[in-house]
Amino acid sequence: MSITMRDAVAKYGPRACVLAVGLGLAGGALAQGSHGGPYGLGTPATAEEIAAWDIDVMPDGRGLPPGEGGYEAGKEVYTEHCLACHGPDLGGVAGTGGGALIGGRGTLASGKPRKTVESYWPYASTLFDFTRRAMPFHAPGSLSDDDVYAVTAYILAEGNIIGRDAVMNAETLPKVVMPNVDGFIPDSRPDVFD
Amino acid sequence: MSSDPVWPEYDERTRAMVDAMVAAEQRALAARKAKLEDCECKEGMFPTGGRSATRRSFLAVAGGTTLGLAAGGARAAAPPGAIEFPVPDDPTRIQGRPTHDDGGYGTRSQFESEVRWRFPTATKESSWTMTPLESGHGIITPSGLHFERHHGGIPTIDPARHSLIVHGMVDQPMKYTMADLMRFPSVSRFHFIECSGNGLTEWKEPTLKTVQGTHGLTSTSEWTGVPLATILAEAGVQEGAAWVLAEGADAAVMTRSIPLDKCWADAMLAYAQNGEALRPEQGHPLRLLLPGFEGNTHIKWLRRIEVSDAPFMSREETSKYTDLLMGGKARQFSFTMEAKSVITFPSGEMKLPGPGFYEITGLAWSGRGRVRRVEVSTDGGQSWRVASLEGPIMPVCHTRFRIPWRWNGDPAVLQSRCQDETGYVQPTIKQLVEARGLDGGKWGSVYHLNGIQSWGVASDGSVTNVHHYA
Ligand code: HEC
Repeated sequence: MSITMRDAVAKYGPRACVLAVGLGLAGGALAQGSHGGPYGLGTPATAEEIAAWDIDVMPDGRGLPPGEGGYEAGKEVYTEHCLACHGPDLGGVAGTGGGALIGGRGTLASGKPRKTVESYWPYASTLFDFTRRAMPFHAPGSLSDDDVYAVTAYILAEGNIIGRDAVMNAETLPKVVMPNVDGFIPDSRPDVFD
Repeated sequence: MSSDPVWPEYDERTRAMVDAMVAAEQRALAARKAKLEDCECKEGMFPTGGRSATRRSFLAVAGGTTLGLAAGGARAAAPPGAIEFPVPDDPTRIQGRPTHDDGGYGTRSQFESEVRWRFPTATKESSWTMTPLESGHGIITPSGLHFERHHGGIPTIDPARHSLIVHGMVDQPMKYTMADLMRFPSVSRFHFIECSGNGLTEWKEPTLKTVQGTHGLTSTSEWTGVPLATILAEAGVQEGAAWVLAEGADAAVMTRSIPLDKCWADAMLAYAQNGEALRPEQGHPLRLLLPGFEGNTHIKWLRRIEVSDAPFMSREETSKYTDLLMGGKARQFSFTMEAKSVITFPSGEMKLPGPGFYEITGLAWSGRGRVRRVEVSTDGGQSWRVASLEGPIMPVCHTRFRIPWRWNGDPAVLQSRCQDETGYVQPTIKQLVEARGLDGGKWGSVYHLNGIQSWGVASDGSVTNVHHYA
């Protein structure tokens, strides 16, 4: 069952309402289009077209591709593709924009927090997702999925979040519990209202 | 304030970064001043802005004198966006340039030199530039001066080859070309976009000198596009859907999760800005516009919308754009840009030539709706007067305020504070720090500083960035 514009109006109020009134009129004048809704514009997206772009990975593992990688392979990937900017000890390299990836655990409430993958990131899926879409900075999207799994395993192991014998794949990665998984709360602003 | 013991001192690396940044701003200021050295405006009251050039040029022409940049003289290169032309002694005695010699697309005057200023980040691909608010007039930001924030540079995209895919929890996954999108019923709205990092250097102590540095990550344009609700209704959103992932086609493949409510309410797929196609830096050919949400969510170069039941937890909504609070927990999905205002004239690095009449003016805005009221203080918040607002006052849009002031020559502290239509009043920086703490990062904290800005006016007329709480 899908949500119609009318349901949305009932749920989301007047701004959507303005849009919906317009659409309602148009809906009366236009027959149902050949695809999707009343305007019939655009074309159905094919499974291949979607797959080519659908690279996101969610915390529960949805979106993770086949493949796998572990610490040793990850160390090689890191040394070749990441070390120049993120440093031999994963502590970052000044002047490259590549920051520290590990360390800082337990510092978030200290007044001198060090936010890293290890200390701050709530989900391991984000490390895989971000590395696959945006790293290495000079050649984004150039690593194979196996390489991304491997370098993810390497960074997580260097951060003492998983063991060096752990292999990362679509099964194991969503099970990794990050140190700061409970560190986030919803927006409670306004803080000051007088 | 920086000596307050609960506020951590800058470490060495941060100190170096602050110094580099202040130095970069200084260089930008020096370059602007050097541009104006040639003319007599260096002693004027707007020593750093294009505003001075305009008034001075006008006075110079009216007075029958010439500017330093005379025809035949050695000429500096024209400012970005302008072309250098010879300046006649008397433009009434010589024909001007032939019509349409610009090829049909105009440029600004060679005497207008304000430019965006780049924050000196390590890479030029992940960096940002700031709008010169001090030289702005009215509420619209010229498209070429709209602030920028990129995480993987500015992609060059042929609109004829660009498409948007809508998929996930929908009845019919769809693909739209730009031509398809432009056939849908369209809307045009005036909205500001503000980076939630606007003002990040100003939490602990006044750091940057100009309003461009302290507030230049906000800009207003007229945006035209298709309501996202129209596109979602076309594809048919399924029961249980609650979030949408928006993804860009840049090298960062930038992604943010957006609550579905926002998509139904007022989100727009924008293809035009101020009457023409989006500028490349603003997402050409297609960007998401989420009125009132932090700038990072307005995904540029938009290529994909995926409907889902949960947020995706992308890097930009976990590692970045989250607000670490006192006690170590961090606020996540803090989308709304709260009400804020700033005086743009007089502002930092300007110099008032002497006591007398001035019109104080500035901008106010709120991500929650319309600006209801702006008050201005010239005594550091002891007393407030209501400023006049230029209409029409539009929701989630810069609003221009003005108020007359007769300066008696004594030191003064100028402040503005606004209230939006929800009744929310812009707080002081101190109140925000008391509520949230400083997260102890480079600047004390990072995102969502909407506190009251103070400009100190010294008895010699010079204006500086100060922290002042009544
Ligand atoms: C050429 C330099 C360079 C190389 C090589 C590089 N990075 Fe990066 N990395 C960066 C920059 C710059 C950023 C910040 C990007 C931004 O501002 O959005 C970054 C950010 C990151 C982040 C996010 C950090 C945070 O706290 O948000 C991760 C994770 C990361 N890189 C992992 C990697 C991995 C894994 C590799 C190797 C496959 C790699 N990087 C290679 C420069 C580099």
